[in-house]
Amino acid sequence: MSQPYRLPRGGRIDRGAPLQFTFDGRTIHGYQGDTLASALLANGAALIGRSFKYHRPRGIVAAGAEDPNAFVQLGRGARAAPNRLATVTPAAHGMQVRSVNAWPSLDYDVMSLLGLAAPFIPAGFYYKTLMWPRRLWPLYERVLRRAAGLGRAPSGPDPDRYDYVHARCDVLVVGAGPAGLAAARAAARRGARVILADEQPQPGGSLLASAERVDGVPGHAWAAAAAADLAASPRVTVLPDTTVFGLYQSNLALMVERRREQPGDAAGTERGARTWRVTPRRIVLASGAHERPLLCANNDLPGVMLASATAAYLHRYAAAPGSRAVFFTTNDTAYRAALDLAEAGVPVAAIADVRADPDGRLPAEARARGIQVLAAAAVRRVLGRRRVAAVELCSLDGSPRGVVECDLLGLAGGFAPALHLHAQAGGRTDWDPALAAFVPRRSNGVHPAGGAAGALGTAAALRQGAQAGASAAAAAGFTADAAPAPPGGGPELPSAQDAPDLGFQPYWVPPNALGRVKPQFVDLHEDVTLDDLRLTLREGFEAVEHVKRYTTLGMGPDQGKLANPLATGVLAELQGLHPAAVGAPRYRPAYTPVALGALAGRSVGALSDPLRATPMQAWHQAAGARFESVGQWRRPLAYPQRGETVHDAAARECLAVRRRVGLLDSSTLGKIEVNGPDAGEFLERVYVNTWKRLPPGRCRYGLMLGEDGMILDDGVTARLDERRYLTFTSTSGAAEVLAWLERWLQTEWPELRVYLTSVSEHWACLALAGPRSRETLAAAGTDIALDRQAFPHMTFRAGRVAGVRARVFRISFSGELSYEINVPADQALHVWETLLECGRPFGIAPYGTEAMHVLRAEKGYVIVGQETDGSVTPLDVGLRRMLSRRKDFLGKRSLSRPALLRADRKQLVGLRSDDPAQVVPEGAPLVDAPSRRRPLPMRGHVTSSYHSPALGRAIALALVSGGRASLGERLYAAAPDDRWIPVRSCLPIFYDPTGARLHV
Amino acid sequence: MLQIPCPWCGPREDAEFDFGGEADIQRPADPDALDDAAWADYLFMRVNRRGVQREQWVHTAGCRRWFVVERDTVTNEILQASTMGRRP
Ligand SMILES: [Zn+2]
Repeated sequence: MSQPYRLPRGGRIDRGAPLQFTFDGRTIHGYQGDTLASALLANGAALIGRSFKYHRPRGIVAAGAEDPNAFVQLGRGARAAPNRLATVTPAAHGMQVRSVNAWPSLDYDVMSLLGLAAPFIPAGFYYKTLMWPRRLWPLYERVLRRAAGLGRAPSGPDPDRYDYVHARCDVLVVGAGPAGLAAARAAARRGARVILADEQPQPGGSLLASAERVDGVPGHAWAAAAAADLAASPRVTVLPDTTVFGLYQSNLALMVERRREQPGDAAGTERGARTWRVTPRRIVLASGAHERPLLCANNDLPGVMLASATAAYLHRYAAAPGSRAVFFTTNDTAYRAALDLAEAGVPVAAIADVRADPDGRLPAEARARGIQVLAAAAVRRVLGRRRVAAVELCSLDGSPRGVVECDLLGLAGGFAPALHLHAQAGGRTDWDPALAAFVPRRSNGVHPAGGAAGALGTAAALRQGAQAGASAAAAAGFTADAAPAPPGGGPELPSAQDAPDLGFQPYWVPPNALGRVKPQFVDLHEDVTLDDLRLTLREGFEAVEHVKRYTTLGMGPDQGKLANPLATGVLAELQGLHPAAVGAPRYRPAYTPVALGALAGRSVGALSDPLRATPMQAWHQAAGARFESVGQWRRPLAYPQRGETVHDAAARECLAVRRRVGLLDSSTLGKIEVNGPDAGEFLERVYVNTWKRLPPGRCRYGLMLGEDGMILDDGVTARLDERRYLTFTSTSGAAEVLAWLERWLQTEWPELRVYLTSVSEHWACLALAGPRSRETLAAAGTDIALDRQAFPHMTFRAGRVAGVRARVFRISFSGELSYEINVPADQALHVWETLLECGRPFGIAPYGTEAMHVLRAEKGYVIVGQETDGSVTPLDVGLRRMLSRRKDFLGKRSLSRPALLRADRKQLVGLRSDDPAQVVPEGAPLVDAPSRRRPLPMRGHVTSSYHSPALGRAIALALVSGGRASLGERLYAAAPDDRWIPVRSCLPIFYDPTGARLHV
Repeated sequence: MLQIPCPWCGPREDAEFDFGGEADIQRPADPDALDDAAWADYLFMRVNRRGVQREQWVHTAGCRRWFVVERDTVTNEILQASTMGRRP
């Protein structure tokens, strides 16, 4: 069928298994074993996308994960996957593939046709753009977002499954090329538990893309057999299709294992992923090397490819990347690719070699084959519109050497080890002058081998791999002597070909004699050119990390795999420095883009955060409660009845508490038992008030400060007996307060004999509040004497309620007669239902947190985290009377710091709006007088604001600068719709100021 | 990730721990005896050493014990972990 560039034979593809997929709606034919990129090439589709900034046409450059252009969008709807690399994504029948960054279509991109993206956005664009008038930003953002269309998010929740695997092993081998396979074998033979991970679906790495033989058989066959032997060993886990994308301290490796087809899917279809969190003792880094591109004008045109990639497409996929090739090289490796291409029937028109005298075995072979070899020559410029049409050659002194027609240009700029993982983990590197590249230094548990260590050629990779595997195993405690049965047969070191000497000669910046032809791209993904680097240096950004940030070099989803090694050489030459002095920009995870779903694993939806439930949760649900989230709790906000809004319901519930009786589920309150002979002393140190002389059976409201004097938490503490206290904390502060108390106990006062136990989950808490709560409690049945003298306000009694063991606290957060009934959680629902049943004659209503908030605001009780925000002291909220003068406590000294005594500090006041129906918005700024002046000095802000059903008017609490000294003053609250609401400040208590209702 | 050797539980992932800043800061016995500057120094000033530093950690998702770690802030290498109040 229509695969004009498919070679008639060869390749690691299954010609008996044809498949089709669409690329931008066009049908592409391929075979099982193809990647998207190889199938596109076989179909003659050179154009794969548009570049990020300039929307220039781009093609496939590499045959692996290092490709800067081949990012495509897969699938659609909920399964849409942006940022996928066509060069490593297996083609599967029925796939829908779309190009990115082109609008409306790849061939007719409006941005590039209209020149909207052009001519050239200089380096530092982002920083310079920030200087533009700010009011224009919404416009820029719209345009930029459209222009920078790097893929689209899925339209719904991902239907595929993702999960995490946590694993340990002795040796993790990254990469299953010759070095990785040899390393895994050597380590496993010594008894080490090995995980071997490789990003490709098949093992073999470089062997898949060459015609080499290992141990007398084709390299790919040797690799398949070696991997199968390893997989058969119980000590070895072989993970194909698994990318190690992050390496962290303590040898933590993160890997994503792509899961393939489910029943009913076409072969190769991707379905979810598993993310592995592996902590090996040692790591063998056998991640290979990436070829470097070379600079010449228009080196980004489709048809410009790495020389090694041309050979890979040929050998692995039987796809000819062009019909007439030219190579541009700095070393001998390009000749191998050229010869293979010629052998496969793709004419090679010329090889431009920057070296004065390329005289190795391979150049001689090329000449003998009739390939034109130009010494001391370079490609000056690539010609063509949407793909390579010809190249302009010249000598390094600038003299023209003709224009050669071709549609493929292979670049061979030498090899740089893929040391991304090593660098991520903070590993050091050394400059290898023969390679002109950084090689990883063996360190922090990482043993590099093969291409990743700068060794080229299969024989060297096998040798180094075996050594690295043995040394990693030895470092993990496994030596040859202890070797159990080896996995697989065969010699430890298979025979293979040695690589020819590279004969590499650096060629970074084209000589001035070639003229300043442009554009010459250093980073294809980020559209960073040689001129950008020159400008950046001129503007004073010289350190490589500064260059990176100023130009965005290496910051694309390709992580600068091709750009960074080239940029090091280019920056060195432009500055007259040694490349080692320039260094390489730090690589960061992830090595290749990772789907968010893979990182989230199962932690999505209901599993994204634990949900805490009180024993009454199901009852609340059945009663039609509306809920609000408070940390991991979902608390009933109100219980709307037929036709009621939440607001209506809360108002009704408020009145029930004020006039009759209400029942609140306050089980979410934190409860800490403070136990031991020094419990009282401990509480005295952490609370502002005194505790040692509180008699057993009594309760006290306590205030806890940070050492900086700011309110940390509040709540009632009861003395249960001589050496035992029960401390209530706010719902949200429960964990924080326990941690805070433990910290002081363990780090500062270990001599105190005190033990802290959280009993938050053990005791449910039912707050029965209202003038008829005593009658309700009596009706529910209790052996506790309830009359005023026997059980006064702020005391605690133990007994039974509704037949259940209970601790009853006569404390109140509503200002009404109130009993907070604590019962064991597993019997709480019975007590709850009994109270509601027995309270019916008295008009009981369950009430939620909204009513609770209104009731406490009517009384002016603060809520930590609402009236306070970590910058509010007890003096600010008018609680000076609580501060003990007789003892020290945490934060006490800070309260006399001058800044905390200033008269203009924000202080808690009440607010009444002039119009009693006007509820001011919570959070509204308060000013002295409305004005158009900006900025307008703020006096404070509204912290709580409600309509009070009991008072029939709006009430609010606020923090106002100097507010307590000027009660009664006129202030204005700013409403979001530019209205000013006139209010007057008052004491922050609106209801029952004498507290008479508490003491009935 | 860091592996932190809890003196009670052994080496665990750093996600189980919380950091507590510089170790060996003693709360003044008589805060009122300190002038504002000295109190502020106790309250706010920390050395943030480049190199080996003694710092407090708590095994939040484990034994909930505070302990002292000697960590090189440049390399993140942990030289030692010891229980509270015991200088190595
Ligand atoms: Zn522990």
